[in-house]
Amino acid sequence: MARSNWLPFQLTHFQANLDMGTRNFLWDVAKKSFTFGLITFTISDYASILPVRGASMSPTFNPGTNTTFGSRTDDMVLVEKFCLTNYKFSHGDVVVFSSPSNYKERQIKRIIGLPGDWIGGPYSYDVVKVPKGHCWVEGDNSAFSLDSRSFGPVPLGLVRGRVTHIVWPPQRVGEVNRMVPQGRLSPN
Amino acid sequence: MGVSRLREFIANNKVLFDKAFFVVQFLCFLHLKNNTHISTVVLTSGPSMLPTLNITADLLLAERLSHRFGKVEPGDIVLVRSPVAPRKVVTKRVIGMEGHSMTYVVDPNSSDRCETIVVPKGHLWVQGDNIYASTDSRRFGPVPYGLLEGKVFWRIWPPKDFGPLEKELDK
Repeated sequence: MARSNWLPFQLTHFQANLDMGTRNFLWDVAKKSFTFGLITFTISDYASILPVRGASMSPTFNPGTNTTFGSRTDDMVLVEKFCLTNYKFSHGDVVVFSSPSNYKERQIKRIIGLPGDWIGGPYSYDVVKVPKGHCWVEGDNSAFSLDSRSFGPVPLGLVRGRVTHIVWPPQRVGEVNRMVPQGRLSPN
Repeated sequence: MGVSRLREFIANNKVLFDKAFFVVQFLCFLHLKNNTHISTVVLTSGPSMLPTLNITADLLLAERLSHRFGKVEPGDIVLVRSPVAPRKVVTKRVIGMEGHSMTYVVDPNSSDRCETIVVPKGHLWVQGDNIYASTDSRRFGPVPYGLLEGKVFWRIWPPKDFGPLEKELDK
């Protein structure tokens, strides 16, 4: 009789203790992950790390891939976003921008022309003027790249950041150089 | 001497410092959320949205979520990063979505000449409400969806117009 009274009490007591403990623990984890998330979120406003897919920038990123299907060794790149405060870019910068035809898609290309430049080249005979507030972007691997040669100049407002470094894989860590291809800008 | 007194001071006011730290954290959080990710306060001026927004300063609340999920419809007032001047953000009304056929008067000040264009994939047609004094899609063409910065939903100032901004589309 006495035992049957004692046992439920003990059990509930134990359960309560456990509940308190789990709750505290969960609360702690939630708080920590929230803080962590907040910090990551804040940092991602200034810099972030993205994987590069495809071979459109082939000599610079993903040099091993020859097809558009990607490979096991996608490069990871560091993207800084300080350039977005005044939208100042130079010829040869590698930028990330959202595709003009699909805002969810991000593309990585090199800026060839800035507002006011005349773009000509070995692949086309007509010379195009880059309009105000736009830029002309092209991939380094022109055979596999879908870029301004097909969709025209891109508004600078679509640029989401500038690629500064390769951070992965380890043997390819290094700075991304500003490189201006020869013979694309018409002398003017 | 000075350091020890400072230490004493900090020890005495630990609760105060903790609270201050918390407040700072909270403000950071609020700032982050408010200005860049969830909503923002915008000050508009200029004649381009005239019947709806005043020529003098209007204070508006805009949210930055719905355009990320593709929930922008014709009639919404949106913030668009100007395609011709990337440092500027302009307030316009969405008139047409991708695939819509837009007929517009090229220059209402001087002639009635109309032109028709089909809005390409991933683009929007935006126009000011005051077609006589607005630099919009009639000038620079359809804008890519990625240039959207937010959707205006509430007016704070002037106080007599305080309230939600309705979607309207009379054209």
